[in-house]
Amino acid sequence: MKFLRFISAGLGAAAIAASAHAAGGAKHAHEPEGGWEFDGPLGELDMESVQRGYQVYREVCASCHSMRLLHYRNLGEPGGPFYDPEYPNANNNPLVKSFAAQDEILSTEPNDVGDYEYRPARTSDPFKSPYPNDAAARAANAGALPPDLSVITKARHGGASYIYSLMSGYPEEAAMSTETIEVPAEPEPAAEGEDGETADAETAETTGESEPEMVEQQQTVIDVASMEVFSHGDSHYEGELIQPLGQYYNPYFAGDTSPQWQGDPRHNPPGGFLAMPPQLTDGRVSYMDGTEATVDQMARDVAAFLQWAGEPKQTQRKSTGFAAIIYLAILAVLLWFSFHRIWRKVDH
Amino acid sequence: MSGHPSTYEPKTGFTKWLDSRLPVVRLAYDSFVDFPTPKNLNYWYTFGGILAVCLMTQILTGVVLAMHYTPTVDGAFASVERIMRDVPYGWLIRYIHANGASMFFLAVYIHMFRGLYYGSYKAPREILWILGCVIYLLMMGTAFLGYVLPWGQMSYHGTNVITGLIGALPVVGESIQTWLMGGPSIGNQTLQRFFSLHYLLPFMIAGVVILHIWALHVPGNNNPTGVEARKDPEGLKKDTVPFHPYYTVKDAFAIVVFLIIFATFVFYLPNVLGHADNYIEADPLVTPAHIVPEWYLLPFYAILRAITFDIGPIDAKLLGVIFMFGSIAILFVLPWLDTSKVKSMRYRPVARQFFFGFVVACLLLGWCGASNPDDPIIPMGSDKLVVSYTDANGNEATQTYDEYDPAASFRDQKIDEGVDASIAVQKAPAFRFVHLAQILTLYYFAYFLVILPLLGLREKPKDEPTSIHKAVLGNDRAAPAPAE
Repeated sequence: MKFLRFISAGLGAAAIAASAHAAGGAKHAHEPEGGWEFDGPLGELDMESVQRGYQVYREVCASCHSMRLLHYRNLGEPGGPFYDPEYPNANNNPLVKSFAAQDEILSTEPNDVGDYEYRPARTSDPFKSPYPNDAAARAANAGALPPDLSVITKARHGGASYIYSLMSGYPEEAAMSTETIEVPAEPEPAAEGEDGETADAETAETTGESEPEMVEQQQTVIDVASMEVFSHGDSHYEGELIQPLGQYYNPYFAGDTSPQWQGDPRHNPPGGFLAMPPQLTDGRVSYMDGTEATVDQMARDVAAFLQWAGEPKQTQRKSTGFAAIIYLAILAVLLWFSFHRIWRKVDH
Repeated sequence: MSGHPSTYEPKTGFTKWLDSRLPVVRLAYDSFVDFPTPKNLNYWYTFGGILAVCLMTQILTGVVLAMHYTPTVDGAFASVERIMRDVPYGWLIRYIHANGASMFFLAVYIHMFRGLYYGSYKAPREILWILGCVIYLLMMGTAFLGYVLPWGQMSYHGTNVITGLIGALPVVGESIQTWLMGGPSIGNQTLQRFFSLHYLLPFMIAGVVILHIWALHVPGNNNPTGVEARKDPEGLKKDTVPFHPYYTVKDAFAIVVFLIIFATFVFYLPNVLGHADNYIEADPLVTPAHIVPEWYLLPFYAILRAITFDIGPIDAKLLGVIFMFGSIAILFVLPWLDTSKVKSMRYRPVARQFFFGFVVACLLLGWCGASNPDDPIIPMGSDKLVVSYTDANGNEATQTYDEYDPAASFRDQKIDEGVDASIAVQKAPAFRFVHLAQILTLYYFAYFLVILPLLGLREKPKDEPTSIHKAVLGNDRAAPAPAE
């Protein structure tokens, strides 16, 4: 019986562990050196890091990624990166006001003559979105939709560690080489006439009959085994990964590398290809507080910012929880003694 | 307990006046104060009270959430996040509600396993057990409806899978599916009716809970010995204690300990029981890589996916649906499947082993439900490489290798010869999750349909104590309590 109970406990734990790893396919995200300040029941966000992260978001991410659930006022609310006790109402916070005023947005209310015009954003407005809608975002990014970043740390396994690993995990220059290959030239896009079908058929006919014209194309080849992230441990990925045009390999991105893998198909490297090129290069932003903007630092800061943005009330949640559990623990002790006192004369 | 005379005496003028018109105070007094309760109930019996707390918590937090929620496909996701960000303590209310569902199921599973172990479903408590099964069924319906409301990726695609299952039923399936979805596909109308029903079902649960407690208070509580409390006044006095203060304080202690676990999830692991994909707004055009239900439905999901074969004219999909619904339906007839006269498994050493096997099977089914059915558990041999090419006669030919290098050079050699050649992986045979799920599904049904009916006729139970009082004093205690 003891044995059975031991087994069932173990299996229960295994079931939970297994479901947590059900994602698969990508390299396990890791936290930066020294860990996250916000980890653990008493951990709190490093607000200077979150502030720098906001700068990285504004100057780098915001050109493609929206954060529709965030408002400028959130930056100055209690628990926000620019909260100032002098301005309990975030809408009066001059820093927050200036952040908002730097962005021009299309007004949601019509003016006196019924037109919608551009105006500087107010603190009550949501963060400015780079594109008016998803279709525009796709059109500007070769068909790929840059995800909204409002709750990205909650929407990905690994949370902030995933953002940090992804942003700093692209292959290094040293692991990449380019080679020139010959590919069939793309046929001229068929003119969209009234009779689309005929146009398509004609194109197919012409390409089918004549020998396709060949053009030279550069393709990027990644020597996965030499990548820094695979140099430790017993993983061995002997072979080359051919990066598709307009796509970028990242070992932390959930996907499938097998179609692009030239090597043992049983050991294709983890990760996938995404449409976002590497964004962070040393010195990409110049931090207002003078911190050196290394790739690692920027990845860490922007991950901390997104961690805050995903749940602005997280610090309040932890501190409330601390009080609640202490209260419940004391109540439990009192009830335990009451229980023993009430039952002291009854065999049970 | 029926037959137990009411001891309530109204003291004030008002209570006397009320008692002769609507004896509601008397009812409450007889049910929750002076109700004779066996004095040997262990902590496994506190989950009834814990479940009452869970239901009230869900209803209270749910009513507040409904004040701020927008049931439209364009507004639902954002309104849930607005609750988390802008509603005062909205994050707390929503996390209590979301984790409360998991806690509710955790408690109900313990409550049900306790009933299975101590034979609480046997005469005279069959109706009590069946009402419990009705509550469980309503809970699953409510949880499923509620999971759709945040309108995340798992919400949408999970609903697609579940309504698709109903659509697999013959003849009526498709009509029911269309009726549930409110149209040919999942859309705004689905979300709105699910919201409406998600608000309705908890009150139906509350109604059945009242019947459940009523059905409990007629025969009185079962207890770990399975021996009924004596009916004569002297025996009753020795075997039972009044519910208050003895069990109010014991339940209160257990409830607070349970709330500590609950609070740990709410405040420190609020999203660990959910799926990250549900924080991505629903997109009908993008299907998640793995669609998995919430943890508490995983065993049934495993049973559904374990059926990969047809039987006669019934295809695998329908058969899976039949087995999945059958695994719940079978609980309703359990009182008539178990043939043993002895209630508690304390005195059924053989049945007890099968019971623990059943618990393990349920946990393992949960593991199978969370895993990819084709993933190997125990690999037998290693994967091989197969080079396919066209041989000199123009026929398809293959050559198998263990190592990559010789396979690659053979392929390159063939390509140099001007022949098409490619390498593919041949998966080694393995014992996979789908196989484990099949074995466990077999055990799940065998436990109810074969083991319990036959064992009751054949086994030799140990001697039961003559009364609860004697069992407590340890005079003729047959076995140490496994559950304390």
